[in-house]
Amino acid sequence: MRRRLPWLSLALGAGYAFLYLPIALLVLLSFNDSRLVTSWTGFSFRWYVALWNNDALVSAALLSLRIATVSATGALVLGTLAGFVLARFGLFRGRALFGAMVAAPLVMPEVITGLSLLLLFVSLAEAVGWPGERGVTTITIAHVTFAAAYVAVVVQSRLADVDESLEEAAMDLGARPWTVFGTITLPLIAPALASGWLLAFTLSLDDLVIASFTSGPGATTLPMVVFSAMRLGLTPELFALATIIIALVTVALFLALRLGRVASAAARV
Amino acid sequence: MTGTQRIGRRLVVALPYAWLLLFFLGPFLIVARIALSEAALGIPPYAPLLRWTEENVLTLVLNLGSFATLFDDPFYVDAYLRSLNVAFVSALLCLLLGYPMAYAIALAPAHRRNLLLLLVILPFWTSFLLRVMAWIGILQDQGVLNGALLSLGLIDEPLRLLYTDFAVYVGIVYCYLPFMVLPLYATLARLDPVLLQAAADLGARPFRAFVTVTLPLSLPGIVAGFMLVFIPAVGEFVIPELLGGPDAQLVGRVLWVEFFQNRDWPMASALAVALLLVLVIPIAVFQHLAARR
Amino acid sequence: MQTQPPGLRPRAPERGPEPWRDPEAEPYVRLRGLTRRFGDVVAVDAIDLDIYRGELFALLGGSGSGKSTLLRMLAGFERPDEGSITLEGQDLAPVPPYERPVNMMFQSYALFPHMSVADNIGYGLRREGVARAEIARRVEEMLELVQLGGLGARRPQALSGGQRQRVALARSLVKRPKLLLLDEPLGALDKSLREATQFELVNIQERTGTTFIMVTHDQEEAMTMATRIAVMTDGRLAQVGTPAEVYEYPASRFVAGFLGTANVFEGIVKRAQGSGVGAAGALVESTAFDAFFASDTDPPKPEGGRVFVAVRPEKMRIEKSAEGTAHGTNALSGLVRDIAYYGDFVMYVVALPDGSLVRVSRPTETRMTELPITWNDAVTVRWQDFATVVLAQ
Repeated sequence: MRRRLPWLSLALGAGYAFLYLPIALLVLLSFNDSRLVTSWTGFSFRWYVALWNNDALVSAALLSLRIATVSATGALVLGTLAGFVLARFGLFRGRALFGAMVAAPLVMPEVITGLSLLLLFVSLAEAVGWPGERGVTTITIAHVTFAAAYVAVVVQSRLADVDESLEEAAMDLGARPWTVFGTITLPLIAPALASGWLLAFTLSLDDLVIASFTSGPGATTLPMVVFSAMRLGLTPELFALATIIIALVTVALFLALRLGRVASAAARV
Repeated sequence: MTGTQRIGRRLVVALPYAWLLLFFLGPFLIVARIALSEAALGIPPYAPLLRWTEENVLTLVLNLGSFATLFDDPFYVDAYLRSLNVAFVSALLCLLLGYPMAYAIALAPAHRRNLLLLLVILPFWTSFLLRVMAWIGILQDQGVLNGALLSLGLIDEPLRLLYTDFAVYVGIVYCYLPFMVLPLYATLARLDPVLLQAAADLGARPFRAFVTVTLPLSLPGIVAGFMLVFIPAVGEFVIPELLGGPDAQLVGRVLWVEFFQNRDWPMASALAVALLLVLVIPIAVFQHLAARR
Repeated sequence: MQTQPPGLRPRAPERGPEPWRDPEAEPYVRLRGLTRRFGDVVAVDAIDLDIYRGELFALLGGSGSGKSTLLRMLAGFERPDEGSITLEGQDLAPVPPYERPVNMMFQSYALFPHMSVADNIGYGLRREGVARAEIARRVEEMLELVQLGGLGARRPQALSGGQRQRVALARSLVKRPKLLLLDEPLGALDKSLREATQFELVNIQERTGTTFIMVTHDQEEAMTMATRIAVMTDGRLAQVGTPAEVYEYPASRFVAGFLGTANVFEGIVKRAQGSGVGAAGALVESTAFDAFFASDTDPPKPEGGRVFVAVRPEKMRIEKSAEGTAHGTNALSGLVRDIAYYGDFVMYVVALPDGSLVRVSRPTETRMTELPITWNDAVTVRWQDFATVVLAQ
């Protein structure tokens, strides 16, 4: 089949080139001594040093990591519950609305999500005095909400592959519902939970629009700093930042893939 | 089912349900409410809907002004039409590029599929902004592409690539391609290869077998992928802002400007409500597909 | 491995009395008016059933007959809409699955892939809070019982299909349930393994003394293993009885056709008793052709009633006759239309002059390479009146 359709492989190769050449360029330029993207004047780590000394960037990165960690964990809990409900609870009153609310954030334009959450926070502050000031908390709540949808989809599709009779068997052998969840369901969907968490983490780390809407004066996340820097022009410091992120993600993903492979081999009955 | 079991079940449903009602559905209602308010100077910068008049009568003041402006001013109507157009063309380009990729991955040997698929997703996990930035470096007047073309002697002066619609299309296709490939792959991988053998056995040449068997059976994946690209792209802000020209006034950008620069919250809300209304049908189609899965 | 004809259970003859014949005997499991609906579909329809201690009871039926729903109600996974289930007099309805003294062996086995064989078997004991040493001892005991000694450390996915089936059995037996439910216990095994496992299951059932209720769609499996069979269709019980009863005295055309093969003819009761070849039982006149059916039992309907007659192919004899021979009492004449050679028997399909078909089997007692009766031979099919079963429906 593959031999008969060589153009398919060609298209795949072209697609990967389209996806990876810009990334390769970022990595390459981050080591370029020159500030110009068109001239290579020598290998250098100077942009990495500059990045390290850029206090605004570093503190924004730390804040973003903090928000991403907390919101990914929150999204994991919420999304796992939602995915479990969708996959295992069958029909219940209000399921259609529930399903719609879980799926909609996947496609909702960010400007709408961001604006609507901000207006909610403003209205809440007016009505009940909370949140008094927008910042880390409001960004985290916003990120939990839209990232939970992604976790729910991942968990739901993994649960669809887990034979429900495994959970019934555990219950039949005397396990109460929460014990069933803890001893059977959770271990079996652990790889999905890991990738769901990672996905939520990345989404949070990457988000500019929703964070811009829901943030207050005190909280500036990494994408917000990068965005305003980019408006002023390209700086190789940002290339260095991109390279670090790419390296971290690559390592994390291949680790996850390896773990996932072990776990999915174990899950194959 | 016993009583405690039923209570436990209710709690498990109630937590995510309540959260989504409060932080996802609720906000939309507030947006709709504020879209009907008058802009005002102050914090927050809009007038309440319910007001005490001088005669101590509670009156409901609905201001359709924002919506009227939306329809009267061709600037806004234009922004919607352009956004829909850009999103549609981008989604189509994603489909044309993504379909062969997804099909090639689905036909690859089983042990290699995961890696090939991972390679499609990998860029998505790296910073979105920084990937857009790479395209600035490629497309700008003193960028990599112009540099290469100049040194090859194909052009005499730099082409205007950045801050054009072309750059916006490239950016959207680049950033949203994984969302097209993944659902396409999911349907194509489920396709039983025996069906194609049966088609061949019944006299269909490969191309005809593809058009009559593969393509119709992958339609759910095509629609899902199209929606996953089209819907968010309509409201996209970052890519047109960074790659598009000053005339590329798409809805996302207009909304952003109304909100952050003009501080006209009711106008921004009206824009959001109108955008949501425009997208209601595509979103419903997407959810129908998602629910069927 | 010795094969046995259907109807004889591979169990010791000294099984003792058959409690279902004893009106004094107290039922172990008692179902009354048990009903379960899914939307408009009535999956289980007002079933009354008594099952006695120590039985290996088979629920036999096609897909959609309601047998699995009935089993799942016993396990507690489905809630009855109406009716009651009692076990030793205790009402099971309010008891959740994890507190029922009932265990189930799943059709897919449902072995936990992330646990070793020993941990799978010990899972139920851990939930009970049994001491660790005691768990280890009982798991070992179960492994011996199902002949898997030494495989406790393996993962289920490293076992063969037959071994997994035994792990599932051990896991469901280790808590010494009052009742063991088996959902198609042999369904996932291939044919050669299935027969050996049938005997092993019966053996384990007798050794542990556990009451088994088994769901199956395989009539041979039900016949060879069960003490009694309930044939289910459309959520109802078509017939309950020992394998021999159900086979030899089917209660309806459905049961006659579902278990084994039967020739069914339509007729009118001519004489209700004191008639026929043996001067006892009923005489039925065919409505389709000029023939009589004599039976040694009383008919289910009075004279003039419309009934059906079922005759099993192996209880008929086939012989050559002159072309154009008329039908008689328990004798039908026609031409051989088809012959199917099965090895241990030959099935003849005889076409009667009116076009209806009769199946007759004939054991291959002698080695034959050429059949004495062949296509288009004129033949007469005869049977004795004990072979005639008269059915009301």
